[in-house]
Amino acid sequence: MTATAYPLHRCRPGPLHAILLAGAVPLFLGALLSDIAYAKTYQIQWSNFASWLIAGGLLFAGLALLFALVNLVRAERKGGRPALYFVLLLVTWVLGLVGAFEHAKDAWAMMPSGLVLSAIVTVLSLITAWIGLTGLRSEDVA
Amino acid sequence: MKPTYALTALSMALLLSGCGDTNPDATQARGPDPKLPEQQRGLLPSMKIAEPSAWGDRTPTVPEGYAVTAIAKDLKIPRQTLVLPNGDILVAEGRGGNAAKLKPKDVIAGYIKAKGNTQVKGGNRLTLLRDADGDGRYEVQTVFAENLNAPYGLALANGKLYVANQDALVTFDYTEGQTQASGAPVTLTELPSQINHHWTKSLAVSDDGRFLYVGIGSNSNITERGMEAEVDRAVVWQIDAQTGAHKPYVTGIRNPTALTIQPGTGQVWAVVNERDELGPDLVPDYLSSLKEGAFYGWPYSYWGQNVDPRAQPQDPAKVAAAIKPDYSLGSHVAALGVDFSLPAMGERFADGVFVGEHGSWNRSDPVGYKVIFVPFRDGKPAGEPIDFATGFRDDDGKTRGRPVGVTVDPKGALIIADDLANTVWRVTRTP
Repeated sequence: MTATAYPLHRCRPGPLHAILLAGAVPLFLGALLSDIAYAKTYQIQWSNFASWLIAGGLLFAGLALLFALVNLVRAERKGGRPALYFVLLLVTWVLGLVGAFEHAKDAWAMMPSGLVLSAIVTVLSLITAWIGLTGLRSEDVA
Repeated sequence: MKPTYALTALSMALLLSGCGDTNPDATQARGPDPKLPEQQRGLLPSMKIAEPSAWGDRTPTVPEGYAVTAIAKDLKIPRQTLVLPNGDILVAEGRGGNAAKLKPKDVIAGYIKAKGNTQVKGGNRLTLLRDADGDGRYEVQTVFAENLNAPYGLALANGKLYVANQDALVTFDYTEGQTQASGAPVTLTELPSQINHHWTKSLAVSDDGRFLYVGIGSNSNITERGMEAEVDRAVVWQIDAQTGAHKPYVTGIRNPTALTIQPGTGQVWAVVNERDELGPDLVPDYLSSLKEGAFYGWPYSYWGQNVDPRAQPQDPAKVAAAIKPDYSLGSHVAALGVDFSLPAMGERFADGVFVGEHGSWNRSDPVGYKVIFVPFRDGKPAGEPIDFATGFRDDDGKTRGRPVGVTVDPKGALIIADDLANTVWRVTRTP
């Protein structure tokens, strides 16, 4: 292809971008584990933990989303993996936000929707981080 | 920033409710046998917060043949009032609660809800009002006692003034005509005060002065602070005036915000605030006589056997044991005051109770923000509630006042504490 001469660093995540992107994964995973603990024990503190972990995950993923947007805007070729990465991260964030609202319901009202969303968001954030951290590079090389 | 938050835009509640309806009470089920709708909850809870505004020259609207005046202003969050035998009025002022913010929601909702309340710091005191010459102007406004801890319920018996602080039931010796407490308060008994999500301790005393009744609200909306936090909560205690010993009088009563004794029968009555986040017309706040030993459902069920799935693990035996309250006031009206009327209030309002409704914050079409009258016949609520004092909130959201305690003055007047305008109103018959 002709457009491959574009500098690598332009669309590959920088260190801060990478930290935010990868950091969201254990936060959402922690929320999922907390939700499971709440479902098994009815101990409300687990649901409080989950709420804050999701808030943290949204903060990390939200900032990563800003980086991803800037990278996408600046990328010469916007289609393919850079766009896929951005869209996946956006979907992850939006579903994470819905999950946060579900967790804001009192006591057991967050079940089972909150737990299901935590599971989906955890898997999505893992896939997104994977693609974000490895996919963009291979795209550039291709 | 305009302190009106219509988070309802995303909520199903708004989509489902008609927008052209001018009477917010129209969909509410009120009376002894309310027909309750299905539970519903959108992604976001409906919130519509009062937009505080000064009264200026305005006053609340009262029925024809009645007049209203502000008898005390610049108070520090007046809640409940007590009319003493010589006609003096005591006002309990303060704001309590020390509930930690456990979730991001608590931080956000706490900030929004605070917009609809007064910015004044609670007085933690009792103010005495006196109209010595009987002209209807209370020319004396003086501090009766201070350094209390969020005082709320007030009662007089056995030569003592009983004050329900948020953490203890305390007494002052009282002789008629006093304008200042003669000493420090004496603690009769501690009251449950951990967290104090619902901190108001309502109070009534039996006619013979033997027993005090203290309403102790739940520590959460619906157990979201854990069941451990609900020990000794959502109950009314019966307390021995001599010894301070207590026993639960009724249980499962989410937030009994005001108690009163029915003249003639000695029966204890309460207004109770029910749970939120089940929809605009659930769950009705209620007025009820309290049957000794009864369980009123919280948290497992409401209005009898309507199961609340949010309280887990569930308890079918408790659900089966729950009894229905007497009279629905409508959901989210936030009834905070109740008192029995007297013939001196005039023929129309002679038999029944007045109820002060602080007003909703979690309903897209706000309700409450007024004082209503529930007519009684043969000692029981009979018929639709009648508006007695309105005009606290405009249709455009401007809110000038929020009624709390209502007290019937034997001289034939209704005393209304307004904790937004920090004012005490007095409604009298015009000659």
